[in-house]
Amino acid sequence: MARRRLDLTFPPRQATKAIAYHLVKDFDLVPNFLRAQIQPGQQGRMLVEVSGKRDAIDAAVEFLGREGITVSEAASDIRLDTEACVSCGLCTAVCKPGALTLRESDFSLVFDKDQCVYCEACVSACPRRAITLTF
Amino acid sequence: MSKSWEEINARIASGEAVVVTAEEFADIAKSDGLRSAARRVDVVTTGTFGPMCSSGVFLNFGHSDPPIKMGAITLNDVPASGGLAAVDTYLGVTEPSRTKGIEYGGAHVIEDLLKGKSVHLQATGPGTDCYPRTSIDTWVTLDDLNQAYFFNPRNAYQNYAVAVNSSDTAIYTYLGPLLPRIGNATYCSAGALSPLLNDPTYRTIGVGTRCFVAGAPGYVAWEGTQHNPNQTRDEHGVPVAPSGTLAVIADLKQASPEFFSAATFTRYGVSSFVGIGVPIPVLDEDIAETLALTDADIRATIFDYGVGRRSRPSFGTVSYADLRSGRITVEGRTVPVGPISSLPKARRIAEVLKGWVSERKWQLAPPLQPLPQPGSQGVRPLEIRNEEAI
Repeated sequence: MARRRLDLTFPPRQATKAIAYHLVKDFDLVPNFLRAQIQPGQQGRMLVEVSGKRDAIDAAVEFLGREGITVSEAASDIRLDTEACVSCGLCTAVCKPGALTLRESDFSLVFDKDQCVYCEACVSACPRRAITLTF
Repeated sequence: MSKSWEEINARIASGEAVVVTAEEFADIAKSDGLRSAARRVDVVTTGTFGPMCSSGVFLNFGHSDPPIKMGAITLNDVPASGGLAAVDTYLGVTEPSRTKGIEYGGAHVIEDLLKGKSVHLQATGPGTDCYPRTSIDTWVTLDDLNQAYFFNPRNAYQNYAVAVNSSDTAIYTYLGPLLPRIGNATYCSAGALSPLLNDPTYRTIGVGTRCFVAGAPGYVAWEGTQHNPNQTRDEHGVPVAPSGTLAVIADLKQASPEFFSAATFTRYGVSSFVGIGVPIPVLDEDIAETLALTDADIRATIFDYGVGRRSRPSFGTVSYADLRSGRITVEGRTVPVGPISSLPKARRIAEVLKGWVSERKWQLAPPLQPLPQPGSQGVRPLEIRNEEAI
């Protein structure tokens, strides 16, 4: 079993396509939709974590591409401005999945993107406004 | 074993003084014993870097031609006090911008000044015989100002609350967002590095004590507002809840944006992280004992901020070592806990202060006047009275 986070950008005409159905039915994947911005007739974006066989995920990515959907690895959606951050640690108190933690040795802030579910709790909690979500 | 202030100052002057941080002192006391540590070490440095709302700066702009008696004053659209002499003002860190609200406030203006940026000064005045101008619109930098100094009425709280929320909705506080049904906890102290936790009964810290304020050399000016020496104390005499406070003064022009950072707490308001550090002389084994305390020895009280009253219910106490672990147990539930006071910055301040004492040869002095001692005064509440009742 593999797990990947995909950032899907839909052209306006594709924004209403039933993607979840195809991911499940055709590729036997388990999709977990973390964020979505879909408006009929406009460009849409979806952040989805898919679990399943590695080959099936590759095939699904190919399928999405053929459907006109731009697929990129979701990696840089949460940004931490390290110049502004003072390592106070408040964000770690609201991060339920444990993506933001303080390193035990020096209490500097560590962000583990794999754990992040893009709930945005940290964005408004940060008193330095050092955390931004680009999606 | 005891050492006098004069003996310690002589060792500082000759470059022989042994100066360590409070964390290092605890390690030395653990390995060599308290008596040996107290004999060998002369000065212990402390540090804290947390949001301190009761902070601000006095500024003097100099006189324009023709001059103005400034009444309504704004800096980058943040109101400053016009209730002083013609071109003097006090800018408090929590004052929100008239246009950007709490996303930009007095603290952000001060941070911009510290970063060398030009700040938009606008003011109006009544127009008098000696101050004929009625309005002014100009830009100033920190270098342009005659005087610019911090006067922070309440900094360096001696211990603080651990905040949780037992209500059914999330609340937004000066201790950050608190999730419903005790979904998380926050705390705000440098623990074993915190200045007043190392000198819990204010033996060496008092009016006139030299200290580090936002990167500048400064002084303890007075007891801080809401200074409460009568808080419950543990077996070491260390308070287990918010207690003593310091009012401090220091030159803004010598401060650094590394140790002063504006802050916005969502749905609460503006504040500022202020770096404070105080050097403490190791006079005898009594003070060495509290200097050697670690996060495992110091406790804070968990308060329920879900109850919007002056007195909040408590869920007992927890050690700073437990708080630092990132998880604590409250009412039988394990919840994530995060700090608001930066430990990396507190450590850095204690390190910088070591250099000031050993290399700049900062002489230490006993308080010119002690802070109010345990038993002397408490904190009064504000009662709501009508005119007939007075």
